[in-house]
Amino acid sequence: MSIVRGGGTKVGQPARCRVTFPAVRIVVAVKHVPDIQADRTLGQDGRLARDGGDGTLNEVDENAVEAALVVAESAGGAEVIALTMGPDDAVDAARRALQMGADSAVHVLDEAAAGSDALGTAHVLAAAVRKIAEDGPVDLVVTGMAATDGLTSLVPAALAAELGIVALTLAVDVTVADGAVVVRRELDHADETLRAALPALVSVSDRANEARYPNFAAIMAARKKPVAVWSLADLGVPPDEVGSAGARTRILAAEPRPARKDRVLVTDTGDAGAQLAAYLVEHKLA
Amino acid sequence: MTVLVLLDHTDAGEPRATAPELVALACSLGEAEGVWVGAAPLPAQLPSGLARVHRVAVANDWAPEGEHVAPVVSEAVAAVVDATGASVVLLASTFENKDVAARLGALHGAGVVTDADSVAVEHGTVVAGKTVLAGTWTTRVEVVAPLAVVLVKAGAADAAEPAAAPEVVEHAVAPSYVGGLVEVVERTERAGTGRPDLASAQTVIVGGRGTEGDFGPLEELADELGAAIGATRVATDEGWIAREAQVGQTGVTVSPRLYIGAGVSGAVHHRGGMQAAGTIVAVNNDPDAPIFEIADYGIVGDLFEVLPQATAELRRLRG
Ligand SMILES: Cc1cc2nc3c(=O)[nH]c(=O)nc-3n(C[C@H](O)[C@H](O)[C@H](O)COP(=O)(O)OP(=O)(O)OC[C@H]3O[C@@H](n4cnc5c(N)ncnc54)[C@H](O)[C@@H]3O)c2cc1C
Repeated sequence: MSIVRGGGTKVGQPARCRVTFPAVRIVVAVKHVPDIQADRTLGQDGRLARDGGDGTLNEVDENAVEAALVVAESAGGAEVIALTMGPDDAVDAARRALQMGADSAVHVLDEAAAGSDALGTAHVLAAAVRKIAEDGPVDLVVTGMAATDGLTSLVPAALAAELGIVALTLAVDVTVADGAVVVRRELDHADETLRAALPALVSVSDRANEARYPNFAAIMAARKKPVAVWSLADLGVPPDEVGSAGARTRILAAEPRPARKDRVLVTDTGDAGAQLAAYLVEHKLA
Repeated sequence: MTVLVLLDHTDAGEPRATAPELVALACSLGEAEGVWVGAAPLPAQLPSGLARVHRVAVANDWAPEGEHVAPVVSEAVAAVVDATGASVVLLASTFENKDVAARLGALHGAGVVTDADSVAVEHGTVVAGKTVLAGTWTTRVEVVAPLAVVLVKAGAADAAEPAAAPEVVEHAVAPSYVGGLVEVVERTERAGTGRPDLASAQTVIVGGRGTEGDFGPLEELADELGAAIGATRVATDEGWIAREAQVGQTGVTVSPRLYIGAGVSGAVHHRGGMQAAGTIVAVNNDPDAPIFEIADYGIVGDLFEVLPQATAELRRLRG
């Protein structure tokens, strides 16, 4: 990957989204995850049961797609490619991105990739981005800040590291202008504004924007958009580097936490505050 | 076995609350050595138990404030790993450190575990405990790579006492090309709240939409309990309280001994960040609020009545 292509301000654009490059190609990585509203369980192998049939696009990835689309729209004529990896139904995540407005999608589908840890996932996604870049340079990669299943938040920075590009993570605000991306982020102890020349990777927080809701026409239009299906062989990734075989962490044991015992529910009739104080003192919590 | 601890510190050089916890944990695993990245002055005292501390100067003409960005920190840690032959690196489990760990994984072959609440060495391999799926499952994860990078949650170990800083070993790294590409346009470190650190506090009181922006009753109870104050995303979105107070899936994860939620519905996104708490108390005027499904002690009532009364009664009971 290389590349920001040359300048030229688009005429007639409002100053707020002044864009000084003619076109960008944006890859947005999306993940299909079990619905967090449903009961989620781990299997014998400690892996998340993904056969519940109630999977959905990882919520924060909607913000990622939205951010990618906004950048693309302000750039005029940019191309947004949704990239996902996972079993058959993972394509639903990519489809959702297409419905929202992405132009095309890539689904990396390979049994050998199952059981990949976050680093294995980043390795495969990096190979896919490189293959996408064979058709034209990729300027920006966008991801969500975390996936609601594993919640490791490792994939964005690992993906950028594999691609040899900068990762600006946890963005609550993203602006692309003058061949660079500027991100505002709110960390535990500091607020920051970071800037980096493209190409770069940005991970967005759920606070970055309100994701659009596709209308019926958009949903119909998405059906005609192309979805490429690639195997690990297509990507030139040896199967033993990823999946369970390549994972550098192994789950030894997984157990549901025991149910909470002796739970109390009281309705305040005037002394619930005092009762609470007594409860806290009795249980040595105060 | 050499165990490195990244000593997180403020820009001015004050160690973060997690540093002494990580050092204590590292001492239980092997020979603990500290890593101090950047130009901030090394304090005279550091958590006790460190065999030495590696101070890594970042040679950067281009960005003096850029020495804390993830590529630079990960390169600094990698340099000390190379110099010491360490096989374990412990980092506080913050979003910034996750970026550091991800780079150590992708570029240096490390196996990474995030959000660990315990770490042990069993039969020569590193095994971390962590809760997953919004605190509803506990797992034990083994690292099967020569370098284990474990991100440890605040409060996972009792803090080591401060002691005179040990021998200092100086290192210098020149940031890689990528590290040099990040320009810090602006950085504002936030002042502390004067309360315990949210992530590691033993007691956390969280306010939601039900507070209608009035955190007064929560503040008073927090004073009485020595608690940290947290919030739901709604409360931070409304601007009632700073962003860093957000508890939940996309905010801070807390696992205090005592969690008190006031005017909090218990949305699944919020539960993801607090469900591992020891005791959960909820005050909500809607008997159908989902938080009651996980509360040890639920009160259906008005927080503006219940909290002040609880505070007054605690004062009375404890004289
Ligand atoms: C991708 C994504 C990520 C998110 N991440 C987070 C996150 O990290 N953390 C988070 O908190 N949320 C998060 N959310 C938002 C989450 O879904 C909920 O909207 C939010 O947690 C609800 O906040 P709340 O409980 O304050 O408000 P509400 O759900 O509106 O609940 C307010 C409660 O207060 C009660 N109440 C009102 N008045 C009183 C009174 N006087 N006394 C007692 N009770 C009263 C009501 O009965 C109600 O139950 C996220 C959402 C998305 C989509």
